[in-house]
Amino acid sequence: MYSEKVMDHFKNPRNMGEIENASGVGTVGNAKCGDIMRMFLDIDDNGIIQDVKFKTFGCGAAVATSSMATELVKGKTIQEALEVTNKAVMEALDGLPPVKVHCSLLAEEAIHAALWDYAEKNGIKIDGLEKPKSDISEEEEDEEY
Amino acid sequence: MKKMIYLDNAATTRTAPEVVEAMLPYFTEYYGNASSIYEFGAKSKEAITKARETIANALGARDNEIYFTAGGSEADNWAIKATAEAYRDKGNHIITSKIEHHAVLHTCQYLEKNGFEVTYLDVDEQGMVKLEQLKAAIRPTTILITIMLANNEIGTIEPVAEIGKIAKEHGILFHTDAVQAFGQVPINVDEMNIDMLSASGHKLNGPKGIGFLYIRKGVKIRSFIHGGAQERKRRAGTENVTGIVGMGKAVELALSTMEERAARERELRDYLMSRILKEVPFSRVNGPRENRLPNNASFCFQFIEGESLLIMLDMGGICGSSGSACTSGSLDPSHVLLAIGLPHEIAHGSLRLTLGADTTKEDIDVTVEAVKKIVAKLREMSPLYEDFMKKNAKK
Repeated sequence: MYSEKVMDHFKNPRNMGEIENASGVGTVGNAKCGDIMRMFLDIDDNGIIQDVKFKTFGCGAAVATSSMATELVKGKTIQEALEVTNKAVMEALDGLPPVKVHCSLLAEEAIHAALWDYAEKNGIKIDGLEKPKSDISEEEEDEEY
Repeated sequence: MKKMIYLDNAATTRTAPEVVEAMLPYFTEYYGNASSIYEFGAKSKEAITKARETIANALGARDNEIYFTAGGSEADNWAIKATAEAYRDKGNHIITSKIEHHAVLHTCQYLEKNGFEVTYLDVDEQGMVKLEQLKAAIRPTTILITIMLANNEIGTIEPVAEIGKIAKEHGILFHTDAVQAFGQVPINVDEMNIDMLSASGHKLNGPKGIGFLYIRKGVKIRSFIHGGAQERKRRAGTENVTGIVGMGKAVELALSTMEERAARERELRDYLMSRILKEVPFSRVNGPRENRLPNNASFCFQFIEGESLLIMLDMGGICGSSGSACTSGSLDPSHVLLAIGLPHEIAHGSLRLTLGADTTKEDIDVTVEAVKKIVAKLREMSPLYEDFMKKNAKK
């Protein structure tokens, strides 16, 4: 069902983990539909993404797309990272089954959400970046108690 | 290759070697058409008759009440659609439950598009149909109650004898999908007031592509396939002789070993469930402890997703299944897990392990160790777990 590349990224996820005091953190997806991705970005003063980490709750494709997305944005400028589309992630993984395409969309959105967080923290505006729609952090916050 | 641990016997089973052996002569030696006049064809006919008797005896039925089909889904489709058609003058209402197999649910949904009304009964947190709700759902127009004998995902054995009694008191036909239960638990169609029952060969170490529908004598449902006199003209087509012989043998074996096998599987299953509950934090067992199929164990692990768990188990040579959305081809997790009241995020983290005659204690130990490691690894990756741990640390 999955390509070798997807399986490789699922079995050996790259950049899995978290960054303390990250420049930007974005969480997208929701537990209801079964996929949540969180991206941590470490962006230096020149706007270069020095480090990136992810955490993902989801299927094999969700993990693999997160992992691939981190590889595609690491070392890139903010503008370059914005150009990493879900299509680019899918192509880099040699494709995904049709029912899993939404996972690659989530990976794209997770990067955007982390960049949005970075922009907000620093009071800057990033050209071409829109406020991510599926950030779940606010609504889910109070549910456990 | 690493030894495979097969814990998905609710999906399908290994065809027993004795079953294959019984089938073999009917491929190359006795290949005659059972409808032929010559002695050679009679060999096939005899074999079919013998298998039919074995199956009828296993259910406390008469052999002219067993109709061979190509499997369980066909039997479910036939029972429901044909009853709807035959009894349409009497009414257009069908009662079923929310946790049926899709062969029943989708058939009911199809009928809804064609003018029928269907009540989908709730179940309690163990997956048990509520009898009071069933009684309250009965209308003058109710023509059929179809409720499974045991659930395929969480193993719940439904109160079929009570349901059958209620159906009989109201003069309503009662069909039960016994695909998971047949060969696992004792069934008697008279004692349980069952009018129709579906079963399948490959769930009880028989071959795939064969099953049957039991239809009580006197129930007038239409023929499923027209075109020949086979199966008392109700299911035309040259008989799948090898399949029928294989199913007969499988039923003979399943019935003669049922008690001993169930006791053994129940013990291993309980050991598996207690180890998981004790050794994997934030885990739960789905379905009841009693009134449960002896070989079924169903779990949910918080903060992780089922498909990832399955792939990692597979990497360790362990075959299981899950009711997560990713394995169902939709965004929703299993309808059964939702029906027992689990929230989506818990239902996504489900794992079903179903034991078989070949399962050993060592298999269970290896599986538990693998599950422990994989769940921990996936939680390390999970933003839900991260949030949960941070909140707990704050508390």
